[in-house]
Order: sequence, then structure tokens, then C-alpha cells
Amino acid sequence: MSDVHMRIWRGDATGGAFEEYTMPDVEGEVVLDVIHRIQATEAPDLACRWNCKAGKCGSCSAEINGKPRLMCMTRMSTLPEGETITVTPMRAFPIIKDLVTDVSFNYEQARKVPAFNPPPRPEGGYRMMQEDVERGQEFRKCIECFMCQDVCHVIRDHEENKASYAGPRFFIRYAELEMHPLDTNDRRELVQEEMGLGKCNITKCCTEVCPEHIKITDNAIIPLKERVVDANYDPVAWLGRKIRRRTKRTPAEAAVQPE
Amino acid sequence: MTTVENSATRVDNSHTPVVLGGTRGGPDKPTLRKDRWWLAPVITVTILSSFVAYATWSAFVNKNYYAGASLNRDLISPFYSPCLAASCVPGASHGFQISWWTISPALLILIFPLGFRLTCYYYRRAYYRSFWWAPPSCSVSDAHKSYTGESKFPLIFQNVHRYFFYFGLIFNVLLTYDAILAFNQPGIGVGVTVGTLVFCLNATLLWLYSLSCHACRHLCGGQVKSFSDHPIRYRFWKFVTPLNSKHMQFAWVSLFVVALTDAYVRLVASGTITDYRLF
Repeated sequence: MSDVHMRIWRGDATGGAFEEYTMPDVEGEVVLDVIHRIQATEAPDLACRWNCKAGKCGSCSAEINGKPRLMCMTRMSTLPEGETITVTPMRAFPIIKDLVTDVSFNYEQARKVPAFNPPPRPEGGYRMMQEDVERGQEFRKCIECFMCQDVCHVIRDHEENKASYAGPRFFIRYAELEMHPLDTNDRRELVQEEMGLGKCNITKCCTEVCPEHIKITDNAIIPLKERVVDANYDPVAWLGRKIRRRTKRTPAEAAVQPE
Repeated sequence: MTTVENSATRVDNSHTPVVLGGTRGGPDKPTLRKDRWWLAPVITVTILSSFVAYATWSAFVNKNYYAGASLNRDLISPFYSPCLAASCVPGASHGFQISWWTISPALLILIFPLGFRLTCYYYRRAYYRSFWWAPPSCSVSDAHKSYTGESKFPLIFQNVHRYFFYFGLIFNVLLTYDAILAFNQPGIGVGVTVGTLVFCLNATLLWLYSLSCHACRHLCGGQVKSFSDHPIRYRFWKFVTPLNSKHMQFAWVSLFVVALTDAYVRLVASGTITDYRLF
């Protein structure tokens, strides 16, 4: 039986370094299985976050050979044979310990999303047609692994942008709400001016790493950018609004949560 | 941070400050990737630079862009169509001419297809990665100390993409007209040559590239809030959405074929090759 060689980042906010482990190669294992065997045998204090082992909880996000991936969905057999496998915590977020990072930035951004705001309930209840229901289904597949946030260079390489950038995961949420036929809010100003949509330069890394294969850039970010163009940069659309006497909401108005 | 006062429930963003800083895990290296992440940027730089060099040469050379009646053909290079300058060779112009323009006619029109591709969402991804290194590849550090993306001058002008799309449609109509004219062989009659097929392929790919554009998808139906309230626009949207998923492929193939079409016309017009008549 051959061995697998693992190089794992060990440390916390005070500093850290790689430590190397060699484990017997077991057929059919994923990276998380090997991490668990290391915990069980050589390093009981190795910290990693995990839960479902089925790619649905989004807990075990890490960087394997430099790429953000779910440890529970990365089969050892898909990694280069004979090479040392490098496992590090997500780079965009502060480290807590070993492979565990503090992802509270994402929860703070989540709280800023103005909630779904439907009109008063009509007699007989709300009705939606199937094509409108299907439109937002893709976005609801998100498991909040935050790998799209991790790989996005806007915050990965520029910490200062975190104060003014929601990130791909939340652009999905904004897109879903903007495309909801029952939602009455207009978040275009908010998403452009305060959530940093303009900072995204559509390099599609978020789409590449999404374990749910959500087309984040094509189906959420670019449609949002086009809606912002409708609101801000298209003179024909501006004229149409003037003729029909429609106004758009300011960021502050859009940020109001419904009761 | 803003605090919103309204009769509805208030959101006080000051309760949810984004904490900056904190020690990050992992080594301070540009990347830990071991695969050949640099290959895609190198290929992109090579192809786009080659195309720009060829198109610039072709636009300035100002000759051999039209194979006309003397060769029993009616083929004009897509870089020179519509030929609007008074200096256009006889037969190349569609009618309207600008008398005061004396340099290459291509320089009058190339800004539109160039602008369409330059502001295209796919090409933006390609050149931001390969030329600007922002970032060169996923989970590889970008090459800039500060970053504002497309939120500030000059990149905020990428938002004009839809206007270049509108102009692109006009060019597609003209190049389709050129493809129809390519069936005509003055002095011989109507027929099909290799040039006819090249022109038809070029026009088809340019239409596919334009219709698969993200701005087109948005304008067809993506901008509506409710598909069920706009069934016709929903149908358009459903038609262009599968094309949109192939936008990258159409972008590359149409770029190659438009250069090929220009090169083919040059070779025919200069007498280097004969445009073979098929039937």
C-alpha cells in the first residue's frame, strides 16, 4: 500500500507554519477523510470545520493545492499522484486555528441585504407562474461555503475593500431578489454605490470554484450590472423613466427592511 | 455606515460593522497552485496581440481590401466595410461617401467593432486576467496594490457596452449584405465560390457572437422582473440564453474568422490566389 503525503497549515492568529504528515493511502477517500485520520492518529489538536461530508453544508471549505475546494468533495484520486498535497485555510478570512477561519464578514454582509418586500397580500394569496419560480431556483442552491468570497480577488488581495464590497455570494442574493416578481424593492443604487458591484471585474473565479455549479457571473452579477446600467448609464432608459414618471429608490430607501 | 429612518423596520448598519484586518492563515505567497495556471494568460496574450497587430496593419495598409469586377468578384474586407471614404477603390463603396476623409477608410469604422469587443463581458475577463493581471488566474495574487475595478474612471466606461452592441448589429446587417453580394460574380452571374462561403461563415459567426452577448440577453428579457407578464420577451430570452452560454467560443471563433476573411480578400485582391468557383 502506498502513502499519501500531506502538508497542512498549522497555526493561529499569532503565526503558523506547514507541518507534514504521511498516511497510508486508502482507496476511495476524500481529503477530509485523510484529515480525520491525521486527527485520529498523529495530531488530535488539528482544527478543521466539517459537518455533513456530503457537499451540502459548506463547512469544510479550504484551499487544496492553492485552490478553494470542499475537503469532503475532493477525492484523493483526483489529485496529482505521488505529490505532496497542500491544505491551507481560506486565504480571504482571518484565521482562528489551523484550517478554521472566521467567516463573520459574510454574516455581516448578509445582514445588510434588504429583505424580500412583497406587496400587501391579496385576497386568495400570492400567485407566481412556474417560469418566475424557476428563475431564482439556481441561486437557492447556494450552500454558503464562501469559497466564491474567498477566491474573489477584490477582497482576497485587497482587505480594504471588505468595507464596501458584498461579494459574489451576496450578489446572488441581490440578483434573486431583484428578479423576484413579488418584490417591490429597487436595490440597484444600493448594490452599485454601497455594495461595490462596480468593483467586480467579472473574472469568473467565483463561478469556477462554486461546488453547486451556480453560474454566478453570467446569471447573477452580469444581469445585476446590466440593471445598474439601466438605472444609471443608459440615456434611453432614463428617458423612458421620465416619460413614465418612474423613479428609482436611493440606497437608503432600498435598505429599509419590511415589517 | 448609514442609519435609515423610516416608518418601516429600521436597518442600522452601524450595528454590523465589517471588521477589517486580522491575521490570515497560510504562507504569504502569491499562490500555492502547482498547475500551469499561467498557460491561459499566455495563450490569450499571444492571440489577442497577434490579432491587434494584424488588424492595425490591415487598417493602415489601405490597399487590396476589395476584389472587384476586374476579378469577376464582389468581395470587400470586413475591416473596410462599409467603405465610407472618398478614397475607397471603385466599386467598394455602398453609396454614401465622406469626401474629406482621405486616409484609410478602415479607420472610420473600426472603432465600433473594436469597442464592442473591448467592452464585451467575455473579453473583459480575458484581458483583465491576461494583460492586467487582476488577477492572472483564480487564487493567484493580482499585481496591483490598490483596486477599484470598474467603479471609477476610466473603467466605468465599460458600461457603454450595450451601445456598441447596437452599432454591432448595424455592422452585422452590412456584413450580411456583403455576404449576399459575394454570391454575385460580375461578368459571370450568380454562383458560389470559396469566398462566398468564407463571407457567409463570417456573417453567421458575427451574428452568433452578437446574439450571445450578455447585453443582448438582458435587453431581450433579462431586465424584466416577471417573465409571465412578458411572454414574448421571455421567449426571446429563452432563445438567446443557450447561445449566451457559448459566448466565449463565439468570441474566439468569430475573431479568428473575421481576420481570416480579411486575409482571404487580400490574397484574392492582390492576385496571390484565385477565388475558386464551386458552382
